[in-house]
Amino acid sequence: MIYFSNIKISSILLVIFIALMFAIPNFFSKDQLNSFPSFIPKQQVNLGLDLQGGSHLLLEVDTVEIIKERLENLNSDVRRVLKKNNIQYSNFKNTDDNLKFVVEEFPAEIQKEISELSISNSQNILQMGDQTNLVILREENDVSISFTDEFVKLAVSNAVAQSLEIVRRRIDELGTREPSIQRQGSSRIIIQLPGIDDPDRIKALLGQTAKLTFQLVDTSTNYDPLNPKKAPVGSEILPSDTDDSFKYIVKKRVMVGGENLVDAQPGFDPQTNEPIVSFRFDRLGASKFGRVTQQNVGKPFAIILDDTVISAPVIREAILGGSGQISGGFDSDEANDLAILLRAGALPAPLIILEERSVGPDLGADSIEAGQYAAIIGFVAVILFMMFVYRYFGFLADIALIINLFMVLGILSLFQATLTLPGIAGIILTIGMAVDANVLIFERVKEEIRSGSKMINAVENGYKRALSTILDANITTLIAAVILFFMASGPVRGFSITLAIGIFTSVFTAFTFTRLLISIYAKSLKPSLVGMKIND
Amino acid sequence: MIDIANTKIDFLKSRIITFIFSSILVVLSFGAFFVSGLNFGIDFKGGTLIEIETENEIEISGLRDNLNFLSLGDVQVQEFGSKNNLLIRVEQQSGGDQIQQNVVEIVKTSLNSYLSSEVNFRRTEVVGPKVSGELIQSGAIAILAAVFAMLIYIWFRFEWQFSFGAVVALIHDVILTIGVFSITQLEFNLPIIAAILTIVGYSMNDTVVVYDRVRENLRKHRSKNIIDLLNLSINETLSRTIVTSVTTLLALLSLFIFGGEVIKGFTFAMIWGVVVGTYSSIFVAAPLLNYLDVKREWNTTSAVDSTR
Repeated sequence: MIYFSNIKISSILLVIFIALMFAIPNFFSKDQLNSFPSFIPKQQVNLGLDLQGGSHLLLEVDTVEIIKERLENLNSDVRRVLKKNNIQYSNFKNTDDNLKFVVEEFPAEIQKEISELSISNSQNILQMGDQTNLVILREENDVSISFTDEFVKLAVSNAVAQSLEIVRRRIDELGTREPSIQRQGSSRIIIQLPGIDDPDRIKALLGQTAKLTFQLVDTSTNYDPLNPKKAPVGSEILPSDTDDSFKYIVKKRVMVGGENLVDAQPGFDPQTNEPIVSFRFDRLGASKFGRVTQQNVGKPFAIILDDTVISAPVIREAILGGSGQISGGFDSDEANDLAILLRAGALPAPLIILEERSVGPDLGADSIEAGQYAAIIGFVAVILFMMFVYRYFGFLADIALIINLFMVLGILSLFQATLTLPGIAGIILTIGMAVDANVLIFERVKEEIRSGSKMINAVENGYKRALSTILDANITTLIAAVILFFMASGPVRGFSITLAIGIFTSVFTAFTFTRLLISIYAKSLKPSLVGMKIND
Repeated sequence: MIDIANTKIDFLKSRIITFIFSSILVVLSFGAFFVSGLNFGIDFKGGTLIEIETENEIEISGLRDNLNFLSLGDVQVQEFGSKNNLLIRVEQQSGGDQIQQNVVEIVKTSLNSYLSSEVNFRRTEVVGPKVSGELIQSGAIAILAAVFAMLIYIWFRFEWQFSFGAVVALIHDVILTIGVFSITQLEFNLPIIAAILTIVGYSMNDTVVVYDRVRENLRKHRSKNIIDLLNLSINETLSRTIVTSVTTLLALLSLFIFGGEVIKGFTFAMIWGVVVGTYSSIFVAAPLLNYLDVKREWNTTSAVDSTR
């Protein structure tokens, strides 16, 4: 165990050298690094949001809403089929996951017609071959219609993918520094925003689905506050964005929707100097909009964002150019955000914020400072203690400990792992535990010497005997670190990473570098000195 | 030079006393857990946490009264490290995940109008009911999984008797850690789960070193009385146990004193765990082997790996 070939020696030194090279950039500023020769690595440790400051948001796509909306679309289609075939139905209602109604008779061909509905009705590429997407259950006179599990899964998965894209576009529009937007699980999105400690604006931007529609105002009747729910068939009552007491009655039919927009920009009305958002339709949207405005000159139409009427101007003349503007009591910041939302497109379903963690930049900086301070003091304390207990061998273990820390830092930089505050704690814990492998070996060597072995043999046997203990002892800690890694997310995960790296480097240095140093020491002892008690 | 390697302490002599001592601590921990429970942080309970820093010292009770007017339910305000740093905790609001978001805005507006000086919002955390429920579940699963993994590993590397003894010591450590958090009512949050997992790893590490020596001595001294043999093994590894515990504690103490407020609870848990883990390796795990009828006749194949 104490004889090293030159190849072995040089490969040990090479590994350590490489680790040092990767650790070095962390001790210099970015500017200093740029002036270094190109062969020196420039990657620094990735700081977690808790150290550099920033915001973490966990969002969930409201999947219930996706299915609910699709069922609402299905509702009118099913009614149409029933009416067309003169089927009497009653108690027609929507629940969160199915449609229910009561019929006297329900012939098979009608069932077939309904089951084919979803195929022709599939809006967003939800075609699933010729298979029906509906499950029609009939129990006596009660009929319930729901979507198949596959369809639900696909609809949700599409909605999440689409949401991810829209979220990305909205955040990119804000020009945030290196945002990270990732899907998690089946319906969640994790957003990491370095440098942003007050994510209010982003939350506001993500909190709206931003579904824009243009619908005609129903002028046949006025809103009656005494009868707040009564709207004519085919119309709906919607609140006003600017006036809480006022409600609009608008026709349900959508003239044009936000999906036909190609651009939206904030600006100011040249006459009133009021903030506005000007927009442009694509060709289809422009022709639809032109046709409807042509037919309804003199009537008001409502501009609706997320079921709230922003404004309801009167159509003065046909708008054929395919562009227009929205004004309605918002300030220039709001106009700016609305333009962003319209450009990025509507979310397929609302997003719910499940978790938010934001850290200001100075708390992060304080944590780094405190962590460095604790690391240095802990390190000095351990080094002194080791030298006190093991004297010369302790000194060798201390050198190994220093190399160990550089290796942890080097590996973190090389793999661009994220260093968090608990991660720093993991490094400090490593300072305390990394000497364990050496302690186990030294204790063995001492025992060997005590039982009369010569120095060289004592070192040789000490290493041999300690090996399996060291492996067993470190594997147990490693198991805990691995379980923590898979169970945790965010900062705590950073702890498991540094802990695991620390275990590997401490075992590695104990069996290569320290052993090399000790064997050089043991061999250099004169024969007369061999057999002496070490550390005396 | 300290030499603690030639000790001949009779650790097993007082084994009945230490077993009773441990049992009392375990019962106390259970009692505290069921009477006062753990003081769950927002990770597990849901709610909102805001850390602020102000230029001038703030009178906490006035601020607390002001925040309690907001009808957000239970609002706690406490000093955090210094008089200018405060931690504000607002309990979870009923009405689902989306509602929790309003709390931050309400509290921030109220703070800005109540405090005349500039307020620096250092940290904001909002955890909704869905996530807190999942976190508590995955935390519990992680600890159970870790204990189970240790059980299997030790069984695989030693024999079931060792595995049983080690896991009893491990569960002892976990219960005592939960107990100390129940008694002190220190906040129990996600990093504490990480600390407990580390304690599981560390305690096992310590136990394995002693057990390794026990197994080796079982081969070496076939006729030796088991109690003497266990005492011998503990004494032979005592010096290592102490040195490693001291270095680990030195590092952890430094972290506890200088590492900042945010990870104090986490560090406290680990310091406690190292002390308890070291104690249990010597006074629980090793003496238990006395009652578990360990195998004395080790065959040659398993003898190989200790002399490898």
